[in-house]
Amino acid sequence: MASNPDTKIQGGLLGWVDARFPLSQMWNEHLAQYYAPKNFNFWYFFGSLALLVLVIQIVSGIFLTMFYKPDAELAFASVEYIMRDVEWGWLIRYMHSTGASMFFVVVYLHMFRALLYGSYKKPRELIWIFGVLIYLVLMAEAFAGYLLPWGQMSYWGAQVIVNLFQTIPYIGPDLVTWIRGDFLLSDATLNRFFALHVVALPLVLIMLVAAHIIALHEVGSNNPDGINIKDNKDENGIPKDGIPFHPYYSVKDLVGVGVFLMVFAVIMFFFPTGGGLFLKPDNMIPADPLVTPDLIPPVWYFTSMYSVLRSVPDPFLGVVAMGAAVVMLFFIPWLDRNPVLSMRYRSFAAKFNLAVFVVAFVILGWLGLQQATTEVSEMSLRFATVYFAFFFLLWFLSKERSVAFSLIAFAVVVGIYTIYDLLRFDPSDASLIMWSWLIPTVYLFVTMVAPAFARGLGRDRAVPERVTS
Amino acid sequence: MKTLIATTFLAAAALFTVPAASAAGYDGDLEKANIDVTNEASLQRGANLFMNYCMGCHATEYMRYNRVARDIGLTEQHMEENFIFMTDEAGDPVGVGSLMKNAMSDDYGEEAFGVVPPDLTMTTRINGEDWVYTFLKSFYVDESRPLGANNEVFENVGMPHVLWELQGWQEKVVDEDGNERLELVRSGQMTQSEYDRAVRDIVTYLSYMGEPMQLERQRIGLYVLIFLGIFTILAYFLKKEYWKDVH
Repeated sequence: MASNPDTKIQGGLLGWVDARFPLSQMWNEHLAQYYAPKNFNFWYFFGSLALLVLVIQIVSGIFLTMFYKPDAELAFASVEYIMRDVEWGWLIRYMHSTGASMFFVVVYLHMFRALLYGSYKKPRELIWIFGVLIYLVLMAEAFAGYLLPWGQMSYWGAQVIVNLFQTIPYIGPDLVTWIRGDFLLSDATLNRFFALHVVALPLVLIMLVAAHIIALHEVGSNNPDGINIKDNKDENGIPKDGIPFHPYYSVKDLVGVGVFLMVFAVIMFFFPTGGGLFLKPDNMIPADPLVTPDLIPPVWYFTSMYSVLRSVPDPFLGVVAMGAAVVMLFFIPWLDRNPVLSMRYRSFAAKFNLAVFVVAFVILGWLGLQQATTEVSEMSLRFATVYFAFFFLLWFLSKERSVAFSLIAFAVVVGIYTIYDLLRFDPSDASLIMWSWLIPTVYLFVTMVAPAFARGLGRDRAVPERVTS
Repeated sequence: MKTLIATTFLAAAALFTVPAASAAGYDGDLEKANIDVTNEASLQRGANLFMNYCMGCHATEYMRYNRVARDIGLTEQHMEENFIFMTDEAGDPVGVGSLMKNAMSDDYGEEAFGVVPPDLTMTTRINGEDWVYTFLKSFYVDESRPLGANNEVFENVGMPHVLWELQGWQEKVVDEDGNERLELVRSGQMTQSEYDRAVRDIVTYLSYMGEPMQLERQRIGLYVLIFLGIFTILAYFLKKEYWKDVH
């Protein structure tokens, strides 16, 4: 009953605080009387888990900062000092490096949940926007942090990414010098990346997370049925399908936390390098500006975007494509105009669209780790096409389309990349280009043409009145 | 829905099975090192060999002598008396708490070998244990090289065959099937299996060196997992209890 300030059962202290700070009110609004739909499933663990990882990263990061030296001469050795001489330093460092990868695992699953149940749709557009901003800042944060150990991969990975800005016409070279603070990646760069990583970006991140949660609690949580539970309230104005977040979801999330921390601990204690994906072997060589590694793949969570970049031959257009791959996310709430939120009641075509998007994202991620051979570049281009087509399909599947419109739209989209294929056609890769052409084409055929003839494939189902359990 | 989840996880699993990058450009088969970092005797033999044969050129400068002594079961006194060859500016042996640097300057290293001998603290983490093991077994006579030896795994390596008096000398021969292989033409102080064991000891020691806390983290990890397991079970029953009145 601590939540009710009127009864003041807790004695004078809580009342004293409440008269000066809305403690009980905040507790109620965000936890004890925040009504969440009762049908949350597996996918709804990842929001609270992302918050948990944020806390893990901040706390472990504070301890790392106590021993780390942001100096090109000392940085590498100071990390090994943490690993070897600082009491429990290895634990703190592995916690932070595992946390970085797990942050992206959790955030990607959280974003997938939003796509799966239409959590970006009205009235939750701003939650989605804040979320994409968090994703952006998180990428910057991870990128800045990755430079700090000052190993070969830190150095050359940062080199590759910073040099992307060089491709911008006119201002590129000066801009890169401005970012680095020097004419090459150096101590000056390390210092500013350190400042961004430990102060600026975490601050922005925390503020965005706060905005994300405030916006969520303003409109209420979505659920796997995509039904607005506030449409069905009882006589007290409480949603019939809602249950207070605390204690119901706080105890449920505790189970998720337990399972998640077990996965986390297995990685941290038994596979801290994640088979070279989380910590790369080459990063255990100190940074050397004179020796370029053979292969400089980004960390796994960037590789999908990196593949998009590599799929375009022109460097600047590649950067534009990569930027667009992220920026497109912002437009999702306005691209997808279909009134049905949850994939449960969406058509086969819509489900297929999302499934292919996930597969394309993962394959792009895998391709981004490979040496850029002809096959890898070709596949990157095809799956990058699929990646972008997904957004178009979100709009296309907003409503049932006529046969004529479907066919014309299909012809236009397929035509665009087919013309590009003809322009770049190289007889030596003819078979590769031709069979890989089928990847986006089959995908578009299933999502655009097939539903125009087999109407069942494109038809959404009726959404129930109340949530299903 | 279920298939969607399954697809996602399968795809995620595919992402985690990236083949390990081959070290230093060698794409032939590597011999398995089969080391056991819990074997204290092997670690001590490895330390002995490393300090006597390797450390003249290769430092392990992120590690301290006393930490090694503690971890592989030696006393600090033993370490000081037998393994510390470095001296400070005054000419006295460095303290047991010092980092394990060496006396060779970068300039000298470059002049003598064409390349500065790299620090080996993390060499097994960079190249892999099997690579280091195979590397140390793959030196052969090659008169065209400045120091008379080449290496099958690391072509035109700057390093001479430091362990030649233990292994003897190998030569590259072409057998009847036309395959190139290395054959021992002059035996050293050790038999082949003794030499294999010596190299394995060095790799064991270097593996320990690369991540001195590797045993400790796995031991602690086990307890953490047991704790989290119990925590999760309790959390699950707590959740079940609370959720009785939902629906």
